Amino acid sequence: MSANLAAETLAAYTTSSGEAFQFWVLGTVAVAGALCTILMRKAVYSALCLAGTMIILAVFYLANGAYFLGAVQIVVYTGAIMMLFLFVVMLVGVTAADSLKETIRGQRWWAVVCGLGFGILLTAGIGNASLTEFAGLGAANSAHGGNVEGLAALIFTKYVFAFEITGALLITAAVGAMVLTHRERTERAATQRELSEQRVREGKHLPPLPAPGVYARHNAVDIAGLLPDGSPSELTVMQTLRKRGQIRDVSDEALADLKALEQRSEERLGRDRDEEEANR
Amino acid sequence: MNPVNYLYLSALLFTIGAAGVLIRRNAIVVFMCVELMLNACNLAFVTFSRMHGNLDGQIIAFFTMVVAAAEVVVGLAIIVSVFRARHSASVDDASLMKL
Amino acid sequence: MENLIALLIGAPLLGAAVLLLGGRRLDKAGHWIGTLLAAVSFVIGLALFADMLGRSADDRALYQRLYTWIPVEGFQADIAFQLDQLSMTFVLLISGVGTLIHVYSIGYMEHDERRRRFFGYLNLFVAAMLLLVLADNYLLLYFGWEGVGLASYLLIGFWQHKPSAATAAKKAFLVNRVGDMGLSIAIMIMFTTFGTFAFGPVLGATGETSEGKLTAIGLMLLLAACGKSAQVPLQSWLGDAMEGPTPVSALIHAATMVTAGVYLIVRSADIFNAAPDAQLVVVVVGAVTLLFGAIVGCAKDDIKKALAGSTMSQIGYMILAAGLGPIGYVFAIMHLVTHGFFKAGLFLGAGSVMHGMNDEVDMRKYGGLRKYMPVTFVTFGLGYLAIIGFPGLSGFFSKDKIIEAAFAKGGTEGWILGSVTLLGAAITAYYMTRVMLMTFFGEKRWQPDAEGHEPHPHESPRSMTLPMILLAFGSVFAGGLFSIGDRFVKWLEPVTSFEHGHPPISAGAITSATVAVMVVGVGIAYLQYGRRPVPVVAPRGSLLTRAARRDLLQDDFNHAVFVRGGTHLTRSLVYVDHTLVDGVVNGTAASVGGLSGRLRKLQNGYARSYAVSMFGGTAVLIAATLLMRAV
Repeated sequence: MSANLAAETLAAYTTSSGEAFQFWVLGTVAVAGALCTILMRKAVYSALCLAGTMIILAVFYLANGAYFLGAVQIVVYTGAIMMLFLFVVMLVGVTAADSLKETIRGQRWWAVVCGLGFGILLTAGIGNASLTEFAGLGAANSAHGGNVEGLAALIFTKYVFAFEITGALLITAAVGAMVLTHRERTERAATQRELSEQRVREGKHLPPLPAPGVYARHNAVDIAGLLPDGSPSELTVMQTLRKRGQIRDVSDEALADLKALEQRSEERLGRDRDEEEANR
Repeated sequence: MNPVNYLYLSALLFTIGAAGVLIRRNAIVVFMCVELMLNACNLAFVTFSRMHGNLDGQIIAFFTMVVAAAEVVVGLAIIVSVFRARHSASVDDASLMKL
Repeated sequence: MENLIALLIGAPLLGAAVLLLGGRRLDKAGHWIGTLLAAVSFVIGLALFADMLGRSADDRALYQRLYTWIPVEGFQADIAFQLDQLSMTFVLLISGVGTLIHVYSIGYMEHDERRRRFFGYLNLFVAAMLLLVLADNYLLLYFGWEGVGLASYLLIGFWQHKPSAATAAKKAFLVNRVGDMGLSIAIMIMFTTFGTFAFGPVLGATGETSEGKLTAIGLMLLLAACGKSAQVPLQSWLGDAMEGPTPVSALIHAATMVTAGVYLIVRSADIFNAAPDAQLVVVVVGAVTLLFGAIVGCAKDDIKKALAGSTMSQIGYMILAAGLGPIGYVFAIMHLVTHGFFKAGLFLGAGSVMHGMNDEVDMRKYGGLRKYMPVTFVTFGLGYLAIIGFPGLSGFFSKDKIIEAAFAKGGTEGWILGSVTLLGAAITAYYMTRVMLMTFFGEKRWQPDAEGHEPHPHESPRSMTLPMILLAFGSVFAGGLFSIGDRFVKWLEPVTSFEHGHPPISAGAITSATVAVMVVGVGIAYLQYGRRPVPVVAPRGSLLTRAARRDLLQDDFNHAVFVRGGTHLTRSLVYVDHTLVDGVVNGTAASVGGLSGRLRKLQNGYARSYAVSMFGGTAVLIAATLLMRAV
């Protein structure tokens, strides 16, 4: 699509059928992603759905002639912010999936009523406004030689103060985040001796925790070690996996393997015995 | 198709985000919903920019992104420190303002 | 010379500060410091007096302005002094008698371990009283007025370990408050009327002011005078004030402070001259108090309380004279000065008697003391002769002039006032003779006290007798000195103005009548107390006697009307407060509380809940916006 054609397209108040097709397909996906964001029980899924919606929005920005913003949307939002979310989900939200059961009486009902009312009113407002003329961005984008140049001209002239202030805001935010998450150690760290004495005092598990894995065959961290009677021991698996319920129980498999092994050796021994007897 | 449909999409996404804020208890998800609402606004700004034929709308959207970045940094830091203190990321657990 | 005026006040003020702040290390020298500084004040007063005599009569007033006390736009009050003949008279009386009484107190308070503090208070009193009479505006006068009230309170309650003294001090203070309220109201009216407090502008502008306002000011000033000078109806505190040490009774409650009311009225002469109604009330108050005090004095067995009744009565004379206008002002002041001498002398004599009698105050337990305390007897006797108006002594001259002026008021009024003053003179002679006879004549009636100590009446030390002797000289000669050649009249005339009164009967006849009623009073007293032995236990007496012993029921009246009435008023107010006011307040609080209890259920502490209301509110706002556009 040449720049000229694009300018014509953007200036029209009906879009090209290509853009229309793109809107209907991707718009549906975007709404679905948004709905999934609020309905998924696990925060990680929510984050991924949101990232998808944001990428689609980036495409829409591009379609609307905001080429710079489209790129920024992908780089900053989907690339940086959503990854930050994922980090925090790893730190915080890994314990269990959320229950979606409502605990505040009337909250969900009110939320639906307000949401519907708000949405309807907003839609009515947009419909009510006479938004039929679209000037298009062709002229604005080409005035300084392109979209990025046009934005730059505005940012460094008309919006230069706002730009500087957002710089200050970012610095402040960075410092603030550090202050909030930094923890000063106010007391001496407990020594190993003190820790062991504490364990004895509290009557906790004294020896080192048993290692995971069954014999030498399975030593993956998510496999519980077996007790002598063949049942798995939870103690052998790390806490995080235990909480997530991601323990692979291989006790049956191991027992079956054991049995097969015994049988095979029995057979081998039995055959040997038969041969000996035969030789004798 | 009339480009005004972008505005309808924007309104829809915004409403979904708001409903998410009201419904979800996990602070991180609530925060994601806030981001969704911000993005919906950005879409509207970009559409307005196209409608009026100048770039100011895009500038505003750009600033929104910057502010959202700052907000995310601080907000997530708060969530982390609240989680450390209370071992919970549920917004309902932080209800000390209750009488 | 005018720069010395501040020193007059400064010396005793310095004494008070040093003695009260100096602490125990001054215990040994405190009384000397106090006496010395009072004497310094007196010497400065004498110097100023000599200077004043050297100038012509119209040019005698001196002014000293220290600084502006309250420099507010439209509200200017100066620390400034005015020393004219009237103030000069008071300065000499206060510092002179004050110094004598300081000397007397050295002996009288010798065994009191708080003597230093006592002298500090005395100095404070002298300073405040001098400030009162030297002030050149009413606000500063008010300052001094309150200062003497404070000193009086502290000195009456000096023996605060005695509940009676503490109560008496409180009573004096409270009753004085009523009068002080009058003075403050008067000053407020003055400020709104004249826009200033200074004597010159206020008194100079009385001609252009409506009589109603002047009457109001005059009546309020009279109320103030009644409080300070123990006039009916604010007289009840003076008798109880005798709980203070006797030098205090002599200095404050006989010679100086109680005469402040007379000073106030004479100082405000221009106001009263222009407000005849107020003047009439002044005269009535004076006449009523004159008889009231005299009757109370007749019935008291406590020597100091008898003298207190006499003080009240004599001040009644002065107030009456001050109410007569230009014909009386000078004689009011003259009687004030002579009374200052003889009454101080009498009180010091009484103190001397008590000193020798183990602090016994009941005259029925004295008797025949003239042999044991000759100096006291002679000085007290001279004071006695002076007060009853024995011809040739000072009381004779001053009281006779007042009686003449009362007759000279003219008309029925003049006859009534004249008769009252004559009757008062007779009663004065009666009760003073009674005091004299019961104390110094007859058989000795003293008995061992509860611990079996027989009193050993003896003469007081030199420091006590010396002031008594000096005051006795004053009692004898002051009147003559003032009257010969109308010296006192000429002295004060430029300040207070003077008119010769013209009584309807000749002056000679009035004088004869005065002497005659005096003789009658003495005679009756002699028949009752000189010819017959005095019973140690007081007889029941007539209804009037019993009432007079109870101060003519003044306390009972106050109790019934003010204390009871106040209590009932308070109770009803408390009831209204509890039911109505508290009801409204508590009801409001309860309903607000109930409503809040319901509302607070909305505040469940969940951020999401609040978010819903916020979101709903936004929806409503959008709806409103759309509606506005649609309309």
